[in-house]
Amino acid sequence: MTKLLRPTTLVSILVVLLCVVMAFAPQLIAPGDPLAGTPRDRLLPPSAEHLFGTDSLGRDVFTRVVHGAWLSLAAATLAVGIGGLVGGAIGLLCGAARGRVGTAIDFVVMRFVDVLIAVPGILLALIVVATLGFGPWSIALGVGLGAAGSFARIMRAQVLRVRGEEYVEAAAVLGVRPLGVLSRHILPNAARPVLAMAALELGTAVLSVSAISFLGFGVAPPAPEWGSLVSAGRDYIATSWWLTVLPGAVIVGVVLAVTRLARVIGESR
Amino acid sequence: MNDNILEVSDLQVRYRVGRRRIEAVRGIDLAVPRGGIVALVGESGSGKSSVSQALIRRLAGNGEIAAGRVVFDGQDLLKLPMKRMRAIRGGSIGFVPQDPNSSLNPTLRIGEQLVEGLRLHLKLGREEATERAVRILGDVGLSHPEARARQYPHELSGGMKQRVLIGMAWSCEPQLVIADEPTSALDVTVQRLVLDQMQQLAADRGTAVLMVTHDLGVAADRAEQVVVMRHGQVVDAGPTAAVLHAPTHEYTRDLVAAAPGLNSVRLTASAAPVATEASHPILEIRELRKTFTLRRPGAAPEPFTAVDGVSLAVPAGRTVALVGESGSGKTTTARMAARIETPDSGSVLLDGQDVTTLRGEALRQLRRDVQVVYQNPFGSLDPRMSVAQIIAEPLRAFGLGGRREQLTEAKRLLDAVQLAEGLADRRPAELSGGQRQRVAIARALALSPKLLVLDEPVSALDVSVQQQVLQLLVDLQAERGVGYLFITHDFGVVRQIADEVVVMRQGRVVEQGPAERLLSAPEHEYTRALLEAVPGTAAR
Repeated sequence: MTKLLRPTTLVSILVVLLCVVMAFAPQLIAPGDPLAGTPRDRLLPPSAEHLFGTDSLGRDVFTRVVHGAWLSLAAATLAVGIGGLVGGAIGLLCGAARGRVGTAIDFVVMRFVDVLIAVPGILLALIVVATLGFGPWSIALGVGLGAAGSFARIMRAQVLRVRGEEYVEAAAVLGVRPLGVLSRHILPNAARPVLAMAALELGTAVLSVSAISFLGFGVAPPAPEWGSLVSAGRDYIATSWWLTVLPGAVIVGVVLAVTRLARVIGESR
Repeated sequence: MNDNILEVSDLQVRYRVGRRRIEAVRGIDLAVPRGGIVALVGESGSGKSSVSQALIRRLAGNGEIAAGRVVFDGQDLLKLPMKRMRAIRGGSIGFVPQDPNSSLNPTLRIGEQLVEGLRLHLKLGREEATERAVRILGDVGLSHPEARARQYPHELSGGMKQRVLIGMAWSCEPQLVIADEPTSALDVTVQRLVLDQMQQLAADRGTAVLMVTHDLGVAADRAEQVVVMRHGQVVDAGPTAAVLHAPTHEYTRDLVAAAPGLNSVRLTASAAPVATEASHPILEIRELRKTFTLRRPGAAPEPFTAVDGVSLAVPAGRTVALVGESGSGKTTTARMAARIETPDSGSVLLDGQDVTTLRGEALRQLRRDVQVVYQNPFGSLDPRMSVAQIIAEPLRAFGLGGRREQLTEAKRLLDAVQLAEGLADRRPAELSGGQRQRVAIARALALSPKLLVLDEPVSALDVSVQQQVLQLLVDLQAERGVGYLFITHDFGVVRQIADEVVVMRQGRVVEQGPAERLLSAPEHEYTRALLEAVPGTAAR
């Protein structure tokens, strides 16, 4: 419990809670319309009225950041979900098959995984996006597949470790069927480090999703999204710094908070 | 000058765990006379190791000495500056650690490790120290000391390593040696040699020895005085003969009664046994053979025959003890008998049927009749399951009864192994070693098997708990008529539980027969050596 009360952890929890609210009920924080602009108020610096200033069309940047949270965070979460499920399943099957029927299968599949890990994640995601078309959901798929390799490795290593434990042999000797041993003993005991890694991977995914939409492969304008907000501010960086710096700071803050929490979860195991 | 080399008064040690403080040692008094051997005896958690660590101020990071005096040769060790303390450690106080396998630096030669201490404490030159190191290795009874000095720790056996450590403890002519469970990791025959060596050195050099041990037999054989600890306090102390042979304190009496080496009575069941035809064998193994391939880095793979033509039979409702030292092949034999491993040749017959080659579903059905209890109660239970789930698991695996009936049956089994029903929702980590082993036994009995293979089921437990678990096994056998194949290295345990004994050495059976005959009049020389090496025998 004391770990949860550390100041950095408290701040992180607060940030993550704020993110959840931003994603599901943005009106509570920013009641304005993220798409409606007042051309008269274009490129205003941050003030009490416009916390993050306004963009070239006079839209309030703070409102756009808050309303953009849903797409960014949902894509990142989906990416981790896809990566965890696909990678976890591959790792579980390879780990379970090794040494019995499928040492060869394990070898071949894990070499594919090696290739997957060797290709830079961004590049892999770009390939997927280029194939499936632009949009946050194909980004999520691309980023997720990029992470699947690491998930598969961790899961496989855990399965192999747990398989060597005495209680797994004991279960088989008790008369539990092989599938029962896998689902009741091996999976629950192997899953924990994988879950910890998923929490850690969420921060990276937020960053990757933003990076790819920054490159212009994300949502079509004018819908707000964190990466595309930073990208849109690029043209005015010399005169209106807030357009890039403030949404960027939000991304950094969220990634740091999520990563910090993931470490706390990992430690408390 | 005082008669006592070491006098401890009101020593208190506590540990910080989170925000709690745990009082491990609550004010003990202790004295070691010059040249005397004192045994500090207690079960796990009694605080005996904390005492031995506190004496040389080497407690774990979260431990602190709260109060007390440790007077060694006229000076209070607790008040000395760290620098003087370091000169005393290894100099005037030698230390023999518990586990020889992790106490030597694997990257240094044996000789170098001895030389280090000699140069530091006796200020010897390199050559002189090297010569001395070789002599010390000879003194502790190692053959070819010059060659040994040039070897690395992994090239020596456990017993040889412990001798090196004993040599190290004595190398700088100490006045006191503290030995923390010096032989717990060793086989009995090796243990005997190592203890002989220690006693010899202590007598020759007039060194005082404080021996920390859980084994009353060792204490009874070797020590002049015994101090019994429990819950961080001294409950009994005095000359060995008085304390152990005519114990006055209740706890000491219980310990002595439970110590397998000290009493040699076959445990009898509390209830009358069910009638079983002792004549028909429930398990029969014939000419079992198993060869492993040893792969060592830098050497060609060589075959190693772990079990070489072993035959034995377990009658229904009786206990056959399979005895041997480490590496004798007893565990491999048991694993083949339970069909966890497949023999290279030979056959396993259960109830007259050949089950040697069963596979898949047929092998799974065999588990209804044959169950296994493992040595380590910490490893054989799934840490994420509750006690009730663990015990009900075999029932679930064979689809016996609904969820509710399984739970009722689990509670009934908990009761059968004398555990409170309230434990059903606990996880293994919340149980003590003895409780876990009872859970493992309950699980093994869930399917009412005809044969239990017990692989060292009590060797990880304290003596008093060991006694309770053995009694439980005897009672359960009487109640249910289960046959036991009982693997153990401990002849004390054999005396308490076995009807028949099979002695193994290097993969072969050297002697087998009824327990009474084999234990009282062993025919084979090796059996005799094993029996004589059991600690506590000399005292009886």
